[in-house]
Amino acid sequence: MKKNKMLVRDLNLYYMDFQALKKINLDIETNRITALIGPSGCGKSTFLRVLNRMNDLIDGVRIEGSVFLDEEDIYRPEVDVVALRKRVGMVFQRPNPFPMSVYDNVAYGPRVHGIRNKNRLDEIVEHSLRSAALWDEIRDRLFKSALGLSGGQQQRVCIARLLAIEPEVVLMDEPSSALDPISTLKVEELIQILKQEYTIVIVTHNMQQAARVSDLTAFFLNGEIVEFSITDEIFTRPKDQRTEDYITGRFG
Amino acid sequence: MSTRAAFDKALKELQQDILRMASLVEQAVYDSVQSLVKVDVTEASQVIIGDDMIDKLFLEIEEKCIKIIATQQPIARDLRIVITGMKILLNLERMADHAVDIARSAMCLSGQTLTVKPLEYIPQMARLTQQMIKDGLDSYVQSDIEKASAMCALDDDVDYIFAQVFRELINCMMENPEVVMQSTYLLHVCRYLERIADHATNIGEEVIYLVTGEHKELN
Repeated sequence: MKKNKMLVRDLNLYYMDFQALKKINLDIETNRITALIGPSGCGKSTFLRVLNRMNDLIDGVRIEGSVFLDEEDIYRPEVDVVALRKRVGMVFQRPNPFPMSVYDNVAYGPRVHGIRNKNRLDEIVEHSLRSAALWDEIRDRLFKSALGLSGGQQQRVCIARLLAIEPEVVLMDEPSSALDPISTLKVEELIQILKQEYTIVIVTHNMQQAARVSDLTAFFLNGEIVEFSITDEIFTRPKDQRTEDYITGRFG
Repeated sequence: MSTRAAFDKALKELQQDILRMASLVEQAVYDSVQSLVKVDVTEASQVIIGDDMIDKLFLEIEEKCIKIIATQQPIARDLRIVITGMKILLNLERMADHAVDIARSAMCLSGQTLTVKPLEYIPQMARLTQQMIKDGLDSYVQSDIEKASAMCALDDDVDYIFAQVFRELINCMMENPEVVMQSTYLLHVCRYLERIADHATNIGEEVIYLVTGEHKELN
């Protein structure tokens, strides 16, 4: 297994004239959790979306530099973006289950990818829900609407839906910011378990969460990475004064 | 505008509390040595009674540290301020206990006239030790790692005097069995002062950790 799942090299991103990301270089290590922190508008969510080309959908975005997934540049014109997003999946801030049953939510991706066999789908749904630490809570309600679940359960349905298509990298954009404290802890526990099989990149505004769950942390400010290091180092001995000021709540 | 005004105020107060505790401990060490040199039982008992107040203050400040951790979740340098603060407090509290030990020795020597020559080393050791406490706390307040290192170097002088007193007291005891008891007590007292100096060294090491985030052994 390679040390780095993704490599970002000299990446610049512009929204029309505005440069939102400036010369970003970052190695995303395999089976590790990389946290992106920084004040609002620093570019961390934009950067997360670079990793599975979600910014392609936005008008006026221009990108320079390279992003490699297993040594292949994902910004080459011939890359199949749908296939890319199957490999690099994303969980959003607000749980966004489809208005259908839990089962259909999780089976949605596999069905789109052509799996029709009922037993095979049952297996995938159970395995994905187990991986999302939701199976025991929800096994009796598989055919009820996912919208009737609590926020924390909905978010884990979304994670299960993502896992059902067997991604390699999971991007999470503030996955627990809309959840209550207990659901937040459940999602955090889940992230720890998931890293055994997946490479995870998480954007969070919750500093303690970054400190608790991640292995590596990158601090973004004004579109640049100010400091990137092992999480323990960032939260105990940051090298840059701006990092110290941000994590200790002195600005931002 | 500061985003954490209440937190910054709490950290500042913690520093002031530690200084308050340190000045009480410094005084206790000084008084205990005075009570010994003068064999003054009244002064010795005041040191012993005064230690209750130091213990109470210690618990009070420790409680504040715990509250800061629980409510403010300090990290990085902020966390080091609180953690080193707690460790400095603990070292100060131990020093105060040794001051009590010295005062107790003074009480045991009640009624005796101290005649052994090495007695004269004790005020000298005490002065050095007090200097270390003072410099240690100054280096803490000023985040001055050079001062902290220089202070820790004084510990060698204290150890040197201790070794010398030890040799001389053994000689005194061999020459004159009548001074065995007072010599033994004085030996204990020197040992307590030597321990106090070690605690001061620990404070210096904490200051270096506070400033640099790295542990450095200076003892």
